[in-house]
Amino acid sequence: MKVQLHSYFVLLLLALLAGCSSTGDTKTDGAAVEDHSMGADGGTMTSGAAGAGTFAGYSLDDPNSPLARRVIYFDYDSSEILAEDQQLVSDHAAFLAANSGQRVTLEGHTDERGSPEYNIALGDRRAQSVRRAFELQGVLPEQITIVSYGEEKAAAEGHSDAAWRLNRRVEIIYQSY
Amino acid sequence: MGLLRMQAVLVLVLSLLTQTVSAALTIEITQGVEGAIPIAVVPFGWKGTGGAAPENIAAIISSDLSRSGRFDPLPDHDLVSHPTEAAEVQYHNWRILNVDNLVIGKISETGAQQYTVQFELFDIIRGTRLIGYSFPAGRNELRRVAHHISDLIYEQLTGEKGAFNTQIVYVMTTKSGGSKVYTLLVADSDGYSPQTILRSAQPLMSPAWSADGKQVAYVTFENKKAEIYTQDIATGTRRKIASFNGINGAPSWSPDGRRLALTLSQDGNPEIYTMDVGTRTLKRLTTNSAIDTEPVWAPDGKSIVFTSDRGGSPQLYQVAAWGGTAKRLTFDGKYNAGADFSPDGRKLAMVHGEQGAYRIAVLDLDTGLLRVLTDGRLDESPSFSPNGNMIIYATDAGNRGVLAAVSVDGRFRQRLSLQAGDVREPVWSPFDR
Repeated sequence: MKVQLHSYFVLLLLALLAGCSSTGDTKTDGAAVEDHSMGADGGTMTSGAAGAGTFAGYSLDDPNSPLARRVIYFDYDSSEILAEDQQLVSDHAAFLAANSGQRVTLEGHTDERGSPEYNIALGDRRAQSVRRAFELQGVLPEQITIVSYGEEKAAAEGHSDAAWRLNRRVEIIYQSY
Repeated sequence: MGLLRMQAVLVLVLSLLTQTVSAALTIEITQGVEGAIPIAVVPFGWKGTGGAAPENIAAIISSDLSRSGRFDPLPDHDLVSHPTEAAEVQYHNWRILNVDNLVIGKISETGAQQYTVQFELFDIIRGTRLIGYSFPAGRNELRRVAHHISDLIYEQLTGEKGAFNTQIVYVMTTKSGGSKVYTLLVADSDGYSPQTILRSAQPLMSPAWSADGKQVAYVTFENKKAEIYTQDIATGTRRKIASFNGINGAPSWSPDGRRLALTLSQDGNPEIYTMDVGTRTLKRLTTNSAIDTEPVWAPDGKSIVFTSDRGGSPQLYQVAAWGGTAKRLTFDGKYNAGADFSPDGRKLAMVHGEQGAYRIAVLDLDTGLLRVLTDGRLDESPSFSPNGNMIIYATDAGNRGVLAAVSVDGRFRQRLSLQAGDVREPVWSPFDR
């Protein structure tokens, strides 16, 4: 399974890169901080795996970090994580797995169509999808809280496909202490 | 509760003496009428200070009767004469206009903010007076007296109980500054006199009347997760009923008021439970890995209908109130959800999705026939009137949510447009509210 391969690479790379920190904002566990540029040749590993190792060092406040993107979108009436979002999910999972004291809330949402309470259940199902993907990568259950708002908290107003697409989502909300 | 939270959730007590706030109401007749009783409702006479009575009683009656789909009131400009008492009625004048019935009346001021409202109902064909009553009323009671008169007329001419002197509860969202405010309101069933019973900075949803009309259960996100509360409407007293892990949703009162059916996902995925309101004991009714939600009690208290996608897409199922095998009820179309029972237990209104449009449909449980009643794209949250004659629901008008009512035979549809904010999830009260 794709997710398991990613996990394998993540673990492998974490082991290899234990001493590296890319921004120096946060320390990795105990190892000396070196300036180790991945460069274009970093592409010999899958980019996801390479990224995951360095994310342990990224600040959550860095707008250039892939972790800055915190919304995952879904197809109509579906709770399946799309291929184009697998990387993002994996990146967040790796960060959380490496920072087991960090908690997140996964907020599930739907577009406005259909019955409101059924949409609460559908939003919950989407958030559960992301939770499962996280837990497969080593995020601990106690790090994750789930809330579904169904259609109640639209991100985009309007009755168009464009608005609906932006509302079918899970938001990853990092909790501060 | 912290101060911040108290500011976020402000409960306004529904006082019996609250000044009525008239919502700017637009009633748009969106569909014609066939087979309805032609009736003339003459503007009531006025005896008092000021140019006119404080409420147009005849207009309220006329609007009520037409909204039921059973009556076709004559437009005001077609009225040839304006009698206000029996002696002034000339039957041949009204026979020419082809009306079956005539309503006349008058309002007299009897003191400061005190009135007497009198009305009489005539059978034009037979040339007789059918009923006549006189009511004392304070200023704030005039609209409800008008609705009561509508009920009396309706009962006299159709043989069925009228549901005009009833109320609705609904959710409204408005923007205040940059953020949203969510309110729960109770209004007359024509949309007038809305009164806020709860205000919150976080979403409110799924209001449900108790059978005695004294309490409302609802879902609130005020604590950043879904929780179910019940609230006494007269006093505003709230009680937290369910705050389990995961979803707490879709409360529905049993007819005897002793239990609530609800949706909980604490055991892994959304399932139907019933809870004894007094002891808080839970009983689980579904054990299926699919979504099971939106329970609604049958009026005889013996079964619960709910939405499940165990068959691949949302459909309605029925299970005995004490548990057992669920039986599928809907087979038309790929989306049937959000059910409400008719008061006689023989029909279900629902949200029916077909070819990209979500409409209100009614399933006859005896025949299995499904009839689509509306033609919007985003219709939802149907609720039967307590006499089973009308269904109120939420629809969209441009960029706002509005309420509409449709007669159960689908003949007559009317929009109730409250011109303030986004209105949704209407639920009709029981009788005697």
